[in-house]
Amino acid sequence: MSNIKHSFDDHTSTIPAVQEIPATPAAPRRMTLNMGPQHPSTHGVLRIVLELEGETIISAAPDIGFLHTGIEKEFEQKNWQQAVTLTDRVDYLANLSNNLVYALAVEKLLQIEIPPRAQWTRVMMTELSRLNSHLVWLGTHALDIGAMTMFFYCFREREDILRIFEMFSGQRMMTSYIRIGGLALEPPRGWQQVVGKFIRAFSSKVDEYEELLNANPIWIRRTQGVGYISLEDMLDLGITGPMLRGAGLNWDIRKSEPYSSYEKFDFKVPVETSNDVWSRYRVRIQEMRESAKIITQALEGMPEGEWQADAPHVVLPDREKMKTQMESLIYHFKIVTEGFRVPAGEAYQCIEAPRGEIGYYVVSDGTSKPYRVHMRTPSFGNLQGLPKMLEGIMIADSIAALGSMDFVLGDTDR
Amino acid sequence: MNHPAILETKEAFGETTLIVDPARIVDLCRHLKDSEKYVRLSGITAVDMLPAEPRFELIYHLHSLERNQRLRLKCLVSGVNPEIDSATGVWRGANWYEREVFDMFGIGFRNHPNLVRILMPTDWEGYPLRKDYPVHGYKYSYPSE
Repeated sequence: MSNIKHSFDDHTSTIPAVQEIPATPAAPRRMTLNMGPQHPSTHGVLRIVLELEGETIISAAPDIGFLHTGIEKEFEQKNWQQAVTLTDRVDYLANLSNNLVYALAVEKLLQIEIPPRAQWTRVMMTELSRLNSHLVWLGTHALDIGAMTMFFYCFREREDILRIFEMFSGQRMMTSYIRIGGLALEPPRGWQQVVGKFIRAFSSKVDEYEELLNANPIWIRRTQGVGYISLEDMLDLGITGPMLRGAGLNWDIRKSEPYSSYEKFDFKVPVETSNDVWSRYRVRIQEMRESAKIITQALEGMPEGEWQADAPHVVLPDREKMKTQMESLIYHFKIVTEGFRVPAGEAYQCIEAPRGEIGYYVVSDGTSKPYRVHMRTPSFGNLQGLPKMLEGIMIADSIAALGSMDFVLGDTDR
Repeated sequence: MNHPAILETKEAFGETTLIVDPARIVDLCRHLKDSEKYVRLSGITAVDMLPAEPRFELIYHLHSLERNQRLRLKCLVSGVNPEIDSATGVWRGANWYEREVFDMFGIGFRNHPNLVRILMPTDWEGYPLRKDYPVHGYKYSYPSE
């Protein structure tokens, strides 16, 4: 007993006396805080170095590149069609948008015409992918702010969308469904029932989300007036997508530069003016309703016909023809062994992805491999505005503010 | 469009490309932003044209919301000590795109506020997107090569 007491005394005696910190009320005490790269609310591996004065952020310096995988370099090693699989892996929430923009850019160089049925299916699939992305955004963003139920609600609907993707392409996330020259597979039998069932129920699900959040005092207090950044700053810094529409700018590439027959669909571009986390939430909720409208129109008016372009030098022939016709066999052999060649040239194609403008700049030197592919990704552009948005706000608000940008780090770092 | 910095105008697939004198790129950018309403810089990237000289093509994608038009500027930059003036004074958004080009191609930007690597680690050697850079990097070698 006495031994224990002795060692206990020894132990305490080694602790030095607490020194008094002289009070200096006049000089502001700054502190540098490291946030990330492993932080649940940065939604990936983003590191931000915050300079704080009390609880106010003086400056923020994002540090990116933790997820850099050299996708642009890999493009140059694959042939044109193989490279579609790389586009999936850029942004795990907008795989089909990335498939589409790459296919459109290469089709521009090849100058091939895509049949209406394939175009409409592409529109439907990219809109489902927009729903998928916005649902994950809403669920995780609400979880960050403290509304846990939203997460389960949103992931419930997302699961249905992933099942639809699996039904079409065989894959839940890395779909590679949109290929150069059309689609990877013919839309499966019975897809109308599955998509129809999902989309008929979907608007009541969005009602549920709004019921949970619109009058929720915590949600309102944490989103309204938080995360302001002026429209001029956003344009100057390269921010695109729902962020701009939340600041009152009516600009959507689906309307201003229609692609893949978007001009045939009837939908509105939701615009909000309060320019805070709340307005970005309102824009995305309304975009979900508009996407659902587009999917319904695609479902009801889906044209009949081919799902691949009439371009035998690009599109693989079907098995029947390949086994019976000499020309098809030759094309099949050429496409599989060497890949098709794309005429020399350069093209830039952009589309409206869930996060903003995705633009692929594609350069061909006339061979069967891309010479250079540059991806202008929305997350990279948006994240550049983060320091401006975080300056001068409280650290507790920084989570809501950066969540409202909706970036994906794979999309940023590529 | 007339400006002394424009050397040539090309049209392909409905896209306009201006070949620009690299010494006067910032002048032209300021003119396009202020007088021609190209308020958005969509991105900056480069293409390595090895073994051509000038080796690098520097690409600027501009966008005018008001006119709903896009424009591509192209500068040819030499492979020996590649450098060009930074456009960060015109669009602040050029900052990260120029850092990315510096990181991947080793093209320097004069008057850039913070020209350091952005995607690769700061102590990385070499410029990965150059055509003479092997896909697997310099760290490993394979018997077949």
